[in-house]
Amino acid sequence: MIILISIIVGLALFFMIGVSARSALQAVAPAHHKPTFRDMPLTASFGLAVILFYIFVAVFAPLIAPYGESEVLGAQFLPWASPHYLGTDKLGRDMLTGLIYGARNTVGIAFATTALAFFVGSFLGLWAALVGGWLDQSLSRFVDALMAIPALIFSLLLLTIFGTSVLTLILVIAAVDATRVYRLARSVAQGIVVMDYIEAARLRGEGMWRLIRREILPNAMAPLVAEFGLRFCFVFLAISALSFLGLGIKPPTADWGSMVRENATLITFGDITPLLPAGAIALLTVAVNFVVDWQLHRASGLKE
Amino acid sequence: MTKHLIGQGGMTRRGLLKSGMAMTAAGLVLPAGMAMAQTEPKKGGTLRIGFNSGSTTDNYDPGVWDTNFVQVFAQARHNYLTEIAADGSLVGEVAESWEASPDAMTWTLKIRSGITFHSGGTVTADDVIASINYHRGPESTSAAKPIVDPIVEMKSDGPNTVIVKLSGGNADFPYLMSDYHLPIMPAKDGKIDPTSPDGCGPYKVDDFEPGISASLTRHSGYWKTDRAHFDGLLLLALPDPVARQNALLTGQVDVINQVDLTTVSMMSRNSSIRVLSVTGNQHFCFPMDTRAAPFDDNNVRLALKHALDRQEMVDKILYGYGAVGNDNPIGPTQQYYAADLPVNGYDPDKAKFHLGKAGLDSLDVSLWVAETGFTGATDAGSLYAERAKAAGINITVERAPNDGYWSNVWMQKPWVASYWGGRATCDWMFSTAYAAGAPWNESYWDNERFNTLLLQGRSELDDAKRAEIYHEMQAIVSNEGGVVIPMFASFVMGVSNAVATPDVVGANWDLDGFRAVERWWFA
Amino acid sequence: MNEIWRMIGQRLLLGVLTLFIISVVIFGATELLPGDLARELLGQSATEETLAALREQLGLNDPAPLRYWNWLAGVLQGDFGMSMATQKPISELVGARLGNTLFLALYAAALAVPFALLLGVLAALWRNSIFDRASNALALTAISFPEFFVAYTLILWLAQSGLFPSMVRITGSTTTGEMLYMAFLPALTLTLVVTAHMMRMTRAAIINLLASPYIEMARLKGMSPMRVVLRHAVPNALAPIINVVALNLAYLITGVVVIEVVFVYPGLGQLMIDAVSNRDIAVVQAITLIFASAYVLLNLLADVLSTITNPRLMHRK
Repeated sequence: MIILISIIVGLALFFMIGVSARSALQAVAPAHHKPTFRDMPLTASFGLAVILFYIFVAVFAPLIAPYGESEVLGAQFLPWASPHYLGTDKLGRDMLTGLIYGARNTVGIAFATTALAFFVGSFLGLWAALVGGWLDQSLSRFVDALMAIPALIFSLLLLTIFGTSVLTLILVIAAVDATRVYRLARSVAQGIVVMDYIEAARLRGEGMWRLIRREILPNAMAPLVAEFGLRFCFVFLAISALSFLGLGIKPPTADWGSMVRENATLITFGDITPLLPAGAIALLTVAVNFVVDWQLHRASGLKE
Repeated sequence: MTKHLIGQGGMTRRGLLKSGMAMTAAGLVLPAGMAMAQTEPKKGGTLRIGFNSGSTTDNYDPGVWDTNFVQVFAQARHNYLTEIAADGSLVGEVAESWEASPDAMTWTLKIRSGITFHSGGTVTADDVIASINYHRGPESTSAAKPIVDPIVEMKSDGPNTVIVKLSGGNADFPYLMSDYHLPIMPAKDGKIDPTSPDGCGPYKVDDFEPGISASLTRHSGYWKTDRAHFDGLLLLALPDPVARQNALLTGQVDVINQVDLTTVSMMSRNSSIRVLSVTGNQHFCFPMDTRAAPFDDNNVRLALKHALDRQEMVDKILYGYGAVGNDNPIGPTQQYYAADLPVNGYDPDKAKFHLGKAGLDSLDVSLWVAETGFTGATDAGSLYAERAKAAGINITVERAPNDGYWSNVWMQKPWVASYWGGRATCDWMFSTAYAAGAPWNESYWDNERFNTLLLQGRSELDDAKRAEIYHEMQAIVSNEGGVVIPMFASFVMGVSNAVATPDVVGANWDLDGFRAVERWWFA
Repeated sequence: MNEIWRMIGQRLLLGVLTLFIISVVIFGATELLPGDLARELLGQSATEETLAALREQLGLNDPAPLRYWNWLAGVLQGDFGMSMATQKPISELVGARLGNTLFLALYAAALAVPFALLLGVLAALWRNSIFDRASNALALTAISFPEFFVAYTLILWLAQSGLFPSMVRITGSTTTGEMLYMAFLPALTLTLVVTAHMMRMTRAAIINLLASPYIEMARLKGMSPMRVVLRHAVPNALAPIINVVALNLAYLITGVVVIEVVFVYPGLGQLMIDAVSNRDIAVVQAITLIFASAYVLLNLLADVLSTITNPRLMHRK
């Protein structure tokens, strides 16, 4: 019964948020973009609204959060009641505050990691496809070798060697992700570099950088964007899995991946506390991918 | 400086397994109504235990055992010269009795006759000598080497007598012989075979898959008639706390150790199991390098000792399963425990006062932690940092990887998290972790008065004089030592109601001093 | 067909090269790890004296290149050497666990692949419908939960009631039927983890084709949507689908250490983690090479299959 009610409430919220976000976006969008938003499906507007909300929370975390990031306020595992609306965690820190700061740290780290991975991975991939020859061969073989090493083991090795500061965490996960992006970018670009217009651009004497940026990238964007959506969310999971091995983000920095890990033992007793950070991750994943799907659909040219 | 008997018997890497030891009755907590009438133990059944440890590298070599899986497995198939009973007293096992010379330098051990190995054959003085010799000498890689190093000579006097000569007097020598690294194994040409499971203990090994499981059946010729009640044992490695708990709740195992404290209250709601908790000398601590600034100033150490809320740590890190510590590694249940020492309580003003005496207004220090240090170390560090703010002390909690923690962080970084199971005797504990120059003196502490007292106490056979000496030493450690000891942690086990436990459960180690397999039975 | 054989030969050679690079990378990385085998074996109880004695016994004092060369020479003769920590031959340590790992991977794949393909095709067929959106959202939710979280939830629902065991215990007398029963929860967890990726890729690959002129043509001829998708879109979308399936199969073999820990499943992942933390290089190398070979072979298989299913690739000019 409770499940049924929550599904109904959830769906109602979904439509409400979706519809109001769509009209709001239409209202604020510049005139020539208005049709884009008018035709956007409900899922996409919902996703966009959620993403904007997360960004808002992340940016203004210190202003919104009722307490300090690591402040120990009272007893542990307090129930959901004022003044701790989502209760307290195992040290007696406010759960809502943890989630809000978690948004800032987790989303920030995930974004930095994914952006870095895509920048490095797609640049190298496109470059390899464009130049070809021994450069392509040696880069690809090396990436193949790195990809063949299981990601978790590889990160475990690197993090143990270089330590576990936030910066190394970002660099290591980005390095692992970049190999996947490289492969995708290269395979997409291989189909593009043989096209006549690239040949023409080459004959025009366009430089390598310009070729990549102006000619290849725009045409390789769609699959890369789709991949970005998933990779972005996998960063949370990677952090969470690493914290399973004791290598995640250090305290007192709150992040959702570690929060899920810390509270996960409660789930086998039917306690829903661990659902909060896990739900926050899931909601963002779904939202990001709804928007990505919409973009893909637009790019594919299907009119239905 | 001559080598002294350094017990490092309990040093372990993975589990929470440093030796703990109660000299008086160990605290045994049973839920109301569960204090069962003592019935005659019944024989039979296969006891299944789920362990928090167990690795693919576990093996039969007594020199390298370091997690509770192998430790219990060892006690299941081996006997030792002496045994620490559940109430903390020392009883003979393979050694029937022992006698010291007046200077405590020569010990004569009488070997019990009629003990048989699983492979047949009787235990003789030669087996004992070979078993101890395995850990001695320059070739030895045994973790028990420091315990047996002070032995200068061992010889037999007939098949049932062993005479041991030490380099210095030690009144606690028979206690040291109970160390879990020192089982009695069959000798062949004066040497034991460290790759063989053969022993003279209660159970015989059927099958052992390192990192997965071990199964054993009762040794039919076992000499103790009132012990070892099970027909067989199944020991399982279940490192994930949730897996372990669920195995117990769904009846796939009968006993688990190291119950996840976060959920212990929810688990105990299940009526078919009970939570068994004993508080011994196992303590969690934060040792600092007393050679390095700012920790070389005792005022800074005192400031840090007053900057944490110990009761809050017991409540939130141990969920109440433990007791407040007073920067003294000797626990309240020990024979020479000094109960009247002033308490180092949470007092930010006092902390500020001590900082002032050190010439500082505020202090910035880093504390390195990992869950390997002790379970909950990361959270304990966070709590410490929060509470210390009030005293103007900024603690940065640095979480180190679990992997390689004991080699790269512990005793390498200036302030870290660590734990000790405590030791059977004051001398054992102090000479292991507080004596100047000891390999595991984790705070690099060097206190002249303390070191002098240590030597005096070791060879002193008079109880009253020893009590006086150990009282003064505890006062020095608590007030000047370099180790913050916020709490004593209980061993918390989950036990199916089908399993009966004695009224007194050993608190020196997990699982009834590793002897649950021998002391418990099916109700 | 010759084309294919040449490709296989070429790729196998490259695969060997890849394995060589990996062995160098892993050897170097384990060398860089702080601490060594002797220290890890003796643990916290090590003293300088016992460490030195153990290092001498294990031959750890030889220079790193020499130890790598000895190892490589052994491997070239088919001998992966001994695990130094356990003093057992690698083949004995790895054998049974490799079987367990493959069993679990195949079990999960047998559940996940048909399920994911079916969902993917249906979602593409009824694109933008409630079914599409809902299955999409559910799949995304499922992958956004960490594996251990999914596993714990399944334990709550399916193990605590006694329906399925929460831990896997394999003995010599375990039958295949019992194995299937005991390994159901880990297999189901893995299914939930990998399904979303395969399903989304299937859907995307098919939809990508639906705007092509020949599909338009087929539709204009009045073909039913089901037939359009199954007969015209799916065959052309096979290459990316096969690739993503291969990638996920490789993951099922190499990436399941967390699941192994939660369900106490004696597979290679746990052995690998133990070996890394013990700095037992020979074992780390052997398992990494097994994982890498699985990855290389599955990728090769995927490429061969997508070439065979695509005549244009078969008869390249």
